[in-house]
Amino acid sequence: MSTGMVLALLGAALATIGGGVGSAWGVGIAGQAAAGVTAEDPDQFAKVLILQLLPGTQGIYGLLVTFITLSRIGILGGTAVTDTNTGWMYLAACLPIAVCGLISAYHQGKTSVASIGIVAKKPDQFGKAMLFPAMVETYAILALLISILAVTNIG
Amino acid sequence: MGDNYIFAVARIRVLEKSLLTDSDIAQMSGMSDADAVTAYLSDKGWGDENTGRDPQKMLAAEQVKTDKLIRSLGVGDDILSILSISQVYHNLKTAIKDVCVEGDSPYAYYEHPVYNAKYFTDILQEKNYRALPAEMQKPAEEAMNVMLEHHDGQKSDVIIDRACLDYMEARAKKSKYPILRDYLERTVAVTDVKIAVRGARTGKTYEYIRDALAPCRTLDRDILAKAASENEESLLNYLSGHGMAEAADALKTSITAFEKWCDDSIIESIRPEKTHPFTIGPVVAFYLGRMNEISTVRVLLTAKKNGFPEEAVKERARRMYG
Repeated sequence: MSTGMVLALLGAALATIGGGVGSAWGVGIAGQAAAGVTAEDPDQFAKVLILQLLPGTQGIYGLLVTFITLSRIGILGGTAVTDTNTGWMYLAACLPIAVCGLISAYHQGKTSVASIGIVAKKPDQFGKAMLFPAMVETYAILALLISILAVTNIG
Repeated sequence: MGDNYIFAVARIRVLEKSLLTDSDIAQMSGMSDADAVTAYLSDKGWGDENTGRDPQKMLAAEQVKTDKLIRSLGVGDDILSILSISQVYHNLKTAIKDVCVEGDSPYAYYEHPVYNAKYFTDILQEKNYRALPAEMQKPAEEAMNVMLEHHDGQKSDVIIDRACLDYMEARAKKSKYPILRDYLERTVAVTDVKIAVRGARTGKTYEYIRDALAPCRTLDRDILAKAASENEESLLNYLSGHGMAEAADALKTSITAFEKWCDDSIIESIRPEKTHPFTIGPVVAFYLGRMNEISTVRVLLTAKKNGFPEEAVKERARRMYG
């Protein structure tokens, strides 16, 4: 296996790791808050579940970028990476979602916790409460777009 | 649970909805008698199946419920012991009086799993001061001697109150939780002001007031004692010039308004915790809010039983955390 292939695979792995770790973190802390609210007011289960799941999208974005990368570097399809420079390019292309996914999911989780607090006190304000963590999603989507554009335009 | 209070804070957020509000207190203040108040509280979920509408039982049940809740949230004994300092010292003070005058006032004690009426009265009757926690041994012995030899209940109270404040200040310095540090410091400062006011009104000497005051970071004990020993005007000037203008204004209105300011200022200092989702702060603030609720309802019920007019009841009603 060439160095380029190793680098490309590393990029693909980082996309899933970064997004996945961030989402696990975010969904985890939001889940604790959601469980706390549900323990006292089970009627709010559906609302707090949605807020808990919001930081989970970064993991999906990372997975998507990994699939696209694998389908282009000869693992699931495409042609195998033979030169080091191309490997570096795949690695760099995967970094936006890996890094931004990790950080944005963590912060989105914390924002979800705060929003779950709003739902706990004022369930009728769910719509507004959902907007706060949704704002953080913007930056994960931007990173996803850049990673996809970069990966699909290499070579 | 360590320092992760996300679950606990989320539960508290839901429970904050059940706290009494200022409008609840205003409504209860306008009710005809204590029975109407207990009926209102019962509708709000106060008490349990065993308490009926007995006010004392209802208040005791609320205290027990709150303690149980806080423990179920994984709040450690280190925090609970700080929150109950004033209650524990109150129990010691009451036990000293009960033992020295052979009285029996079970309702005057706060519920506590360890430092309850029996614990203190047993120890004090046997004068086994070494069985008390280290910080209580000396003041308890001193206060007992003052009561037994001089029958001076006021001096005895001053000794225990001072010991309580010193212990609070010591714990405030050691606590790693900002809310507990701020709460304890605020409590010591407000209590010092209360002592100074009482000293000024009863014409106590500088030495007496200074001994009663506990050192704290907010106020200068020596200057406060000097101002209080001179006259009330000097004390008001000192308070106005040291960030306690509201206390001075309240004192100018009436002593009741001043006592209300003392409690309200502590509640106001914890109010920002309503916006913190990750720290122990909201849990501690909820507990303190509940204690404030229970004591306000106790005052309200007593006032209603004694036929106080609505305005007098409202004047004594504390601001709620809810």
